[in-house]
Amino acid sequence: MAVASPSTVMNNVEAVRHTLYEALKNDERTLVLGEDVGARGNVFLITKGFIEEFGAERVIDTPLAEASIVGVAIGMAMEGLRPIAEIQFADFIYPAFNQIVGEAAKTRYRSNGDYTCPLVIRTPYGGGVRGALSHSVSIEALFYHVPGLKIVAPSFPADIKGLLNAAIDDPDPVLFLEHKKTYRLVKGEVPSEHYTIPIGLADVKHPGDALTVVSYGLYVHQAIEAAQRLAGEGLSVEVIDLRSIRPMDRTTILASVRKTHKLLIVHEDNKFGGIGAEIAAMVAEEAFFELDAPIRRLCGPDVPAMGYALPLEEEFMVSTDEMADAMRELVRY
Amino acid sequence: MTITMPQLGETVTEGTVAQWLKKPGDAVEKYEAFVEVSTDKVNAEVPSPVSGVLREIICKEGETVATGAPIAIIDEAGVVPEPPAETSPAAPAAVPATVSASNGSSNGSHGGNGVATTSGLRRFSPAVRRLAREHNVDVAAVSGSGTNGRVTARDVLAAANEGPSAAMAATLAREPAKATVAPATAQPAAAASTYAAPTPGTIVPLTQARKIIAKRMVESLAIAPHAWTMVEVDVTKLWRWRAQEKDAFLASKGYPLTLLPFFIHAVVQALKGQPMLNARFTDDGIHVLGAYNIGIAIGLETNLIVPVIRDADTLSIGGIAVAAGKLIEKARAGKLGADELGGGTFTVNNTGANGSILSKPIINGGQAGIVTMEAVVKRPVVVDDAIAIRSMMNVCLSLDHRVLDGTIANAFLADLKKRLEAMRPGGDL
Amino acid sequence: MAEAITKPALERHGLDEEQLRWMLRNMLLQRTLDNRGFQLNRQGKIPFATGSEGHEGIHAGSALAFARGRDVLVPYYRDIGLCIGIGMEPLQVLLAMFARAADISGGRQFPNHFTGRAIGLMSISSIIAAHLPHAVGAAYAMKLRGESGRAVLASFGDGATSEGEWHESMNFAAVHALPIVFLCENNEWAISTPRDRQMKVRDVVEKADGYGMRGEIVDGSDPIAVYGVMNGALERARSGGGPTLVEAKCYRFLSHTTDDDDRTYRTREEIERHRHLDPVPRFERVLVEAGVITSDDVSAMKREILAHVNDVTDRAEALPYPLASDLYTNVYEGTHEPWL
Repeated sequence: MAVASPSTVMNNVEAVRHTLYEALKNDERTLVLGEDVGARGNVFLITKGFIEEFGAERVIDTPLAEASIVGVAIGMAMEGLRPIAEIQFADFIYPAFNQIVGEAAKTRYRSNGDYTCPLVIRTPYGGGVRGALSHSVSIEALFYHVPGLKIVAPSFPADIKGLLNAAIDDPDPVLFLEHKKTYRLVKGEVPSEHYTIPIGLADVKHPGDALTVVSYGLYVHQAIEAAQRLAGEGLSVEVIDLRSIRPMDRTTILASVRKTHKLLIVHEDNKFGGIGAEIAAMVAEEAFFELDAPIRRLCGPDVPAMGYALPLEEEFMVSTDEMADAMRELVRY
Repeated sequence: MTITMPQLGETVTEGTVAQWLKKPGDAVEKYEAFVEVSTDKVNAEVPSPVSGVLREIICKEGETVATGAPIAIIDEAGVVPEPPAETSPAAPAAVPATVSASNGSSNGSHGGNGVATTSGLRRFSPAVRRLAREHNVDVAAVSGSGTNGRVTARDVLAAANEGPSAAMAATLAREPAKATVAPATAQPAAAASTYAAPTPGTIVPLTQARKIIAKRMVESLAIAPHAWTMVEVDVTKLWRWRAQEKDAFLASKGYPLTLLPFFIHAVVQALKGQPMLNARFTDDGIHVLGAYNIGIAIGLETNLIVPVIRDADTLSIGGIAVAAGKLIEKARAGKLGADELGGGTFTVNNTGANGSILSKPIINGGQAGIVTMEAVVKRPVVVDDAIAIRSMMNVCLSLDHRVLDGTIANAFLADLKKRLEAMRPGGDL
Repeated sequence: MAEAITKPALERHGLDEEQLRWMLRNMLLQRTLDNRGFQLNRQGKIPFATGSEGHEGIHAGSALAFARGRDVLVPYYRDIGLCIGIGMEPLQVLLAMFARAADISGGRQFPNHFTGRAIGLMSISSIIAAHLPHAVGAAYAMKLRGESGRAVLASFGDGATSEGEWHESMNFAAVHALPIVFLCENNEWAISTPRDRQMKVRDVVEKADGYGMRGEIVDGSDPIAVYGVMNGALERARSGGGPTLVEAKCYRFLSHTTDDDDRTYRTREEIERHRHLDPVPRFERVLVEAGVITSDDVSAMKREILAHVNDVTDRAEALPYPLASDLYTNVYEGTHEPWL
């Protein structure tokens, strides 16, 4: 089957697919399970052809039941496999909430290390794709409160490969978030050799010195575009791609804030109690005397989800123009 | 404004409100007694610090509170009262006009309250407070480049680079002060080392002044891209003029007449012709300065200090000589004040005093340029196609390439050269 | 009720007299440990205990059918007898009651939430039926790796069968014909909710049909019958015959936990009406009548068990609590900080 040749340019879908393929090929403990991952090859065609190559026992079309997709994967992990579970859309993850929060995240802790749960749960999230109420949500804030769980949300192909490999290798449960709008929108060079990127490390995607912008997912790409626009105006903005949401890279954020003295956090998930709240609190606690402007958050509005109608979706999503405006305002503050 | 319990007596720690002489809503004149306070030492009527209206009584009659505790609020006449909560989004007054104009919804579609502005209030961010403390900058005196004139962290850093303020002056002045630069003579041969001889194999601890100098030098080089250029100036006639005048000047004014005041005078005139050299780079644009405050670099035994001749454009050559003489004297004595160390707009460095004939100065933080006067040396030069012996001086300029380019710099140097070469006996001192 | 202990009956089940005495001892030990939990709680020495009184027959029979070193047990919190029956030391029960550092969970878990990877005892939470998908996953791993001769035993109460995860687990296991036995210990009560408020069907086993799964019902008060059904179901699972739902009927004689007062929802008369189902005195009587054990031997066995439980109680009590700093370990492998 078609897999990446060395140092290929891939989009994000291909990066996920390439990494999963390599994992299934190289580690017989791995398997994928989820809805429509077999013959259909996943609704985004990420696992297309896998069932023919690796068989129905390792590419499992599960019953339509999210709690047991995760729950069965937990049992597999406790019994020595390296399952990679898929929730077809992040919006469908709620039935599995207890299995993720109450079970997977607590397995090591409640058994005091007697049992571990090396499990990856992949799920496409995010909007801007006319996904309406139940195919567009961001779920990270619901889970990042949970000790015992790791959450990554890379949005560049090379990061996806490195972090998905790290997630599969990780001895603890990892929620692996893939922004579906970046799936075919974002392309990049992906090294062909096996490598991992440590979970918990952010990446400065656009250096600058007058403002720190922290983001992840689709919005990192927009933030970089806005920062490039501002560079043309002589305004220097640093864009940090978190990549990992839990654990989070305090060191990189603080180093940047110590340099720029200003912080803007941009995320698609709604503002109240979101990732930005934790970052803002951390910076206020750790770097109060570095701040030269109020920390600002540019986030999704506090409504249940984005509507199907285009104006509703557009109103929900933060545009690149809005990001640029906020950046300009803070740089000049 | 919030009125606090005054400290009536040195050892007094608390006071009791004996009687309110005004009730809420009453007008209060500045210095008008508005409350009677009793302590274990005195009973006193307290005069209002402002004119206005007593808005609220916080401390009731008979109540005892610590000194410094709020007892009342007086709305100052002509001053808009502070909103109760500074960033409450519910309070319309606190919602800035700068909420993203691009989103049409009333509550900000992305929950952004915009950046809270200070609406002209002199409030300082944590970073500004910290940097001001670390760099001994009087933040109240710094003009802000931020929204609504807010003082930004960068403004403080720029002010710190511009020149030390009171506490800074004290730090620098406390260091052993023995001036070795800007001597009355241009004969540099045996100029002493600027720094005390260290013992090999030891680590010389960093003095506070050394730390500050180190930090500023690094910052200046890091922030401002330095370009460098030089001209040679024939100062034969100027040299002769100075020789004729110096003794009388010293006798009448009490300060030596060195080459420095002539040079500074010419520099100021040349700066007027090229205002981009008397300017500062900011993110919002190049701030062309109105004043001509010329810093003169003075090397002391262990550090370098740059006192400022203010409004040098209003001074004659003689006036500059006196001003410079006073500053050098004070520098040696370690008695420079804050006002004499801050606010420079351009810097002159008499590197020639140490015998240098060529140097590459580092711009004194935030300014557009720095110019040196190198040692005056007699050299054979071609004058009217004949070889002549002339007193020559190199003049070197480092410039902030963000602010200006070589064209302006060279025009400035050409003008400066012309002015210096035009100085001759019989000129106006 | 129980068939007579005859030689043909024993042969049919593949049981010998030694195994019968082993089951009796397991039942007596469970009851003693159960009582000890309630005693310690009423003494104010431990904050909480959960009893399994009435379940002893199910535990003894199922534990005997469990293949040590091969099978995996995914129990629930009313399975003291099952856990000690597959090899957990009674000391562990006491360590868990006292929440001592030497408890395998390090004093973290409630009593009766055991873990023991070394003996194939899978860690569980208190969330009803949440452990069943894990049992299914473990069974899937066995099947994927072609480990015939292994099976998973997953147990739960009647209340658990109302949970979505119970349904999902039954369905998944049936679809994939997994080596697993679902053991429902139907004691008629889910805390205060009686079975007829929990389900419309009379027997839990009826639900197996809906999944295309084999279902069997057994008198849980009779350890021999339980062994027979469980042994058959586990053997079938181990040899590729797929899953079975076993419903073992019993009665819960104690309150749900030491924090529960069952007088608020059921009468003393109801409990007494079920007293004849109490598996411990009954199995004791049956064995004595069949000549498998003498009354004196039973008395000696009880004395020996009590002395042992007293001993492990003292030993457990004397051991230290975990350190406060132990709160922070085993969140993840390595550091627990959410920030790097």
